[in-house]
Amino acid sequence: MPLLEINNLSVQFGGLRALSGFNFTLERAELVGLIGPNGAGKTTAFNVVTGVHPPCTGEVRLEGRSIVGLKPFKINRLGIARTFQNIRLFGGLTVLENVLTAFNQSLTHGFWGTVLRTPRHQREDRHHEAQAMDLLHTMRLAHRWDELARNLPYGDQRRLEIARALATKPKVLLLDEPAAGMNPQEKMELMELIRFIRDRFNIGIWLIEHDMKLVMTICQRITVLDHGETIAVGTPSQVQCDPKVIEAYLGEPVS
Amino acid sequence: MTNGPMTALPSESRLSLAQPRVPVWVVNLGLTALLAVLWPIDRLMAEYMDPYFLRILVLIGINVMLAVSLNLINGITGQFSLGHAGFMAIGAYTTGTIMHYWRPEGPMIPVAIVALLILGGVFASAAGLVIGIPTLRLRGDYLAIATLGFGEIIYTLIINTEYIGPLRVGGASGLHGIPIVANFFWTYAGVVVCVVCVWRIAYSAKGMAFRAVREDEVAAAAMGIDTTYYKVSAFVIGAFFSGVAGGLFAMYQGNLDPAGFRFMRSFEIVVMVVLGGQGSITGSILAAAILTYLPEQLRFLSGVWRMIFYSILLIGMMLLRPGGLLGSRELWWTRRRIEPPRHPVAS
Amino acid sequence: MHDLLQQLVNGLSIGAVYALIALGYTMVYGVLRLINFAHGEVYMSGAVVGYYVAQATTQHNLPTWLALPIVFASAMLACSVLGFLIEFFAYRPLRHSPRLVALITAIGMSLLLQNVAQMSSVFGPTPRRMPPLIEPRVVISFYVGQAASPVTVSNLDLLSFGLAMLLMVVLWWIVTKTRTGLALRAVSYRFDTASLMGINTNRIISFTFVLGSALAAVAGVVDAIRYDVKPLMGLMPGLKAFVAAVLGGIGSIPGAAVGGMLIGLLETMAKGYISSAYGDAAAFVVLILILLIRPSGLLASPAAEKV
Repeated sequence: MPLLEINNLSVQFGGLRALSGFNFTLERAELVGLIGPNGAGKTTAFNVVTGVHPPCTGEVRLEGRSIVGLKPFKINRLGIARTFQNIRLFGGLTVLENVLTAFNQSLTHGFWGTVLRTPRHQREDRHHEAQAMDLLHTMRLAHRWDELARNLPYGDQRRLEIARALATKPKVLLLDEPAAGMNPQEKMELMELIRFIRDRFNIGIWLIEHDMKLVMTICQRITVLDHGETIAVGTPSQVQCDPKVIEAYLGEPVS
Repeated sequence: MTNGPMTALPSESRLSLAQPRVPVWVVNLGLTALLAVLWPIDRLMAEYMDPYFLRILVLIGINVMLAVSLNLINGITGQFSLGHAGFMAIGAYTTGTIMHYWRPEGPMIPVAIVALLILGGVFASAAGLVIGIPTLRLRGDYLAIATLGFGEIIYTLIINTEYIGPLRVGGASGLHGIPIVANFFWTYAGVVVCVVCVWRIAYSAKGMAFRAVREDEVAAAAMGIDTTYYKVSAFVIGAFFSGVAGGLFAMYQGNLDPAGFRFMRSFEIVVMVVLGGQGSITGSILAAAILTYLPEQLRFLSGVWRMIFYSILLIGMMLLRPGGLLGSRELWWTRRRIEPPRHPVAS
Repeated sequence: MHDLLQQLVNGLSIGAVYALIALGYTMVYGVLRLINFAHGEVYMSGAVVGYYVAQATTQHNLPTWLALPIVFASAMLACSVLGFLIEFFAYRPLRHSPRLVALITAIGMSLLLQNVAQMSSVFGPTPRRMPPLIEPRVVISFYVGQAASPVTVSNLDLLSFGLAMLLMVVLWWIVTKTRTGLALRAVSYRFDTASLMGINTNRIISFTFVLGSALAAVAGVVDAIRYDVKPLMGLMPGLKAFVAAVLGGIGSIPGAAVGGMLIGLLETMAKGYISSAYGDAAAFVVLILILLIRPSGLLASPAAEKV
């Protein structure tokens, strides 16, 4: 049974068909890419999987269980985490606090525990802070733990977003254009980081990117979208040579 | 995730800055002692303090409760509520009408006070639930107007109600003759409970969730935070303490004028929160004290001139220092970079 | 049937005034995303100015056909200036501040204007009647069914409704047919892009305030003639007009017009069929319902947030 399975997904916004007949599978420890020209429907696919938009038709299953119609926070608790195309950090919170928000879902004490500061509350607090710091060390952000997220340099912000998503202990990680705005050096490090995450945490990673070199280098499989339709699926080398893909990006060949 | 040896806690994170550096049981003991010592202080004040200043102190206490509870909704959770006086009204009238009818004597009085304050708070919370759930989808200005509307609806309901069963409500002419049993002790006992609760909630893991909802709801949901639950919780908790403040007000004033629970009152509380700094609990306390005391000092000015002064002050404050006195910091914090904790896996 | 028709007449007459005020709210919200709480006080200022000018014209024994336009024109002029000044000094510096800050400033401005008007050197706290400019007369009356008394439409009803219609048509023309109107619509769609396109956003925003204030001034004079002038008269109509703007879809000009009429009708019906005490509350109930069921309003299309 695939970790994440999407069958015949269609999304329509008014008259615009954002996605039609989209199929997809993802296994653990797989790194799969989703590419296509702007407006092809890539972020829409992410939004449907994470519960932001309901689909018109189609199925989305996580470990066999249907997640269509569930609220976003439920879907995250079931094991899907994401980053956003336009960074959505909690700007007014510090780096550590951003990551700590991910542990909210595993709190067992309620408001009474908080107000009375029961031993259980204190234990959980300490435990979560420790876990958060560990993760920040792994992501090489620990030295900035007390800085406000909005004051971070751009590359660090992107990494923090990934760290925050990882803190929710997902089975599937959706990365929406994580390399946008990065210089080549940063992109190299990002590639290393993404591969490291896949191997270390044994999760399935689904990646939307525009940087072809990055996608072709690290993805095991790639799906290509254009105007909501899937025009190619395959390994990087297969997709690179596919004439439909070339046409979608560069236009028709001059004859 | 690693389950390795515990990392030394960051010593100066915002969360830990807000915790006292002694074990919790010591703090809890200290708070109980504080509550106990308020009683003799109250007796002393009743004897020796100028009743005028005592009155101001009590009113400050009530306003502190109102401002701090509103700060949880507005400042920490970022929900724009302009109807806080409505919750206060519900608490005030719940406590007031029953007190008026019951008229407890002797040892029943403290029992009645505690019971009715809690009851007033609970009813106000219920209103918070009623208001919180439907307004979930609204943001910013729309939420503000909706809460304003609710506040006015509550007012309209009050002025059109003379009796609820055997309890006299009084309608537009107000409710008079409530036994005056609240004093410095009860008020500041309420203040202590309110401030401690809100503080502990705001500076905790749950508080992190409230703030995440304020910063970015979509991202918060993507992090597994049930934004609905937290938004409604903010309203419910904030409303509870507003209701308790209202109950104290009823039992201190002795009479209730429904016109004092309208939008102007809500707005005054909002000003206190903004002046103190949204998200700053000590800021709200300071601002509530200042804004309760100041109008008294300006009593030499006529009503109209006082309002003119107040509104110019308000506009000026917004133009010059919109973050308020303390921004989102608490009173004794300074923003400084601290050495990060040492970690077994050296970076 | 008679009651219903009479209430229709009254409702539309009141609604026309709400519509005029609502237009100011909706235009300002459209360009600035700000609820201009002080707008009700602009309406009140129109009434106050109208009062003083009417006194002057009466003193000089000007005939009604001359006095009335002078009163309206001076009120519109004065309020346009007032609206411009409010925006320039209080709102413009806060253009990029958080919305709550601007909202509080607006409320503070509203309080300031209310209390300045209550100063005896300006107007004073007691209500005053306008010097008689128009004799209220029944202009149309007709019998319906078995009713004992006729449904009446007075000249004041016609004045308020007619003026409102006229001004709304003029506004519609300005917004859709002129370059400035086009710029106004551009600014209300996308502020930053509009300024990048070379639109002088400051000027457009000032223009918006001027327009809205002029309309509110007319509403103020109409209500001054019909009822009386008091410094706190802006509170309730201001709030109700705001509800009207939300009802019709805040940011939508036809929405404000429709919303105003609807609120006027609803209020009149509530006063007639339930009780006059609940007339004011009717507006708030409508507000809550609209915000819960269709927050974007009747005429606007819901805007979704891009994730």
